[in-house]
Amino acid sequence: MSQPNAEQMANANHEKNKQPSKKPGPFSQKPKSRKKWITPKTVPYLFILPAVTFFLIFTVYPVISSLLLSFQTRAGSGYEFVGLDNYIRLFRDTLFYKALGNTFLILLIQVPIQLFLAVVIAVALNSQLVKMKSFFRVAFFMPAITALVASSIIFMIILDENYGLANYVLSLFGIEAIAWLSDPFWAKVALMAAITWRWTGYNMVIFLAGLQNIPGSLYEAAEMDGAGKVRQFFYITVPQLKPIFLFTFVLSTIGTLQLFDEPYILTQGGPNNATLTITLYLYQNGFRYFDFGYASAIAYVLVLIIGVLSWAQMKWAGEDK
Amino acid sequence: MNQQVSPLKKTLLYAFLFIGVIISVFPFYWMFVGATNPSGEIFKVPPNFLPGDYGWENFKNLNENVGIIRVMGNSLFITLTFTAISAIICTAAGYAFAKFKFKGRNAIFFMLLVAIMIPYHVTLIPLFEIFGNVGWLNTFQAVILPQVAYPFAIFLMRQNMQSIPDSLLEAARVDGAGEFHIFFRIVLPVMRPALAAVAIFLFMFQWNNFIWPLVVLQSQEMYTLPVALSSLVGMSRIDYGQVMMGTTLSTLPIMIFFLLLQKQFISGILGGSVKE
Repeated sequence: MSQPNAEQMANANHEKNKQPSKKPGPFSQKPKSRKKWITPKTVPYLFILPAVTFFLIFTVYPVISSLLLSFQTRAGSGYEFVGLDNYIRLFRDTLFYKALGNTFLILLIQVPIQLFLAVVIAVALNSQLVKMKSFFRVAFFMPAITALVASSIIFMIILDENYGLANYVLSLFGIEAIAWLSDPFWAKVALMAAITWRWTGYNMVIFLAGLQNIPGSLYEAAEMDGAGKVRQFFYITVPQLKPIFLFTFVLSTIGTLQLFDEPYILTQGGPNNATLTITLYLYQNGFRYFDFGYASAIAYVLVLIIGVLSWAQMKWAGEDK
Repeated sequence: MNQQVSPLKKTLLYAFLFIGVIISVFPFYWMFVGATNPSGEIFKVPPNFLPGDYGWENFKNLNENVGIIRVMGNSLFITLTFTAISAIICTAAGYAFAKFKFKGRNAIFFMLLVAIMIPYHVTLIPLFEIFGNVGWLNTFQAVILPQVAYPFAIFLMRQNMQSIPDSLLEAARVDGAGEFHIFFRIVLPVMRPALAAVAIFLFMFQWNNFIWPLVVLQSQEMYTLPVALSSLVGMSRIDYGQVMMGTTLSTLPIMIFFLLLQKQFISGILGGSVKE
């Protein structure tokens, strides 16, 4: 549809330029070209036009619409403005606090474990002693390419309470079967294990790339001064990797706050809401109870939390410089 | 820098790495074992660690149950269409942001960066209403369109486009090449590796995408692989052989693809992350 319009514009300009004018515009330079509306001034806009159009329709509009919706509630076939009612309800909702608590618990326990493992594996792989580096890198990265739904299903089967492989292996060591998915404590552990499995290799690759940017001369100097490997790790590797730590930490934080696929498949938020996450609660309110106003309020609390945390992390990182 | 290292240290290092590899890769092997064995075999004690010959049966049952052939076709169609559209519009935008100065450039780019931070879930409900209003619920276009202007892909392309020398573009302009000619004939060929990496990133995103298709697709014949898999697990009596066959079919293509193109995969995901 935009094609004929543009054509018309070009023609209109063409007409204009036929008439004598004191100041020839850019259009008059090549009167024969049919694409005169492509000028150095308009070109960048033409290049960003499709992306910006889609972005406005499918991201900016929904983000604003969602905010407005969070102040409304369904009344009959339409909506009614109710001010802060949804938010007030949210702050009194014990289930919401539970979802919030679960999500932050995962954030505080799982993310540090995952990043620690990732950096240790990256340092080990970066060692000059190790051969077959690309084999290891590919193997560790493999979990990161699978669909979260698929990996969650595999974990569900391995962690089956009665016949799962995990409990079989434990039984070999004489350990009693664990109710991985039906005990509130173990369900959280299972969820964290599944997430760690999926994302450690991903972060490891990011750390590995960061390690390769540390100049080798730093280590050589430390070696001359008699610093051992452990000291080198804490006095050279960790400080040099600080921007990478920040990057992976911000990414993992945002990812964890949006956790949905794994708890949806693995535990459905159960048992007794022990693995209910903010996003799962949002989904339940939106698409199980069709309470769009309330779900939008949950979404905006999530936006607020991510905004504050990201800002704090950036500020914390910036202050040191 | 050849130092003497004790064999013990070396052994420990390798042992640590191999244990990690086994943990990373074993679930995939277990998935193949499950996919090629009858349901009961997966939960046998002691477990059977060998692939069986029941794969074809599982596939047939799965196809009767959820129409897996159609589901795979849906996933493939949606993912390829999305990747093609998104790659071209994100590349074009990335090029403009990297190589042109224009009014509003920084403001628009900043908006895209903010969008990377905003959880996608905020848009679910309004998107559901938009597509409901135009009667597009349960359609492919509803799955494909919302994320085609993928901010992270635009960002990655911009980072990569900055490496194109301005003199190359200027030379083409002096020779009288039009801007679109320059983009398609010069910029895209030069950017092929970056384009491949971004395309892989987009492909993976859509192939594995779950929550939005789950919301917008309502009938079984429209399902994508992740949605079909989740519906299998939600059934009251789960046939695990079928389920494992389903996860294998959703994982295997991307895994083969990954083993062939791992460099592009990894650079697509790393993006400009490590550069200061």
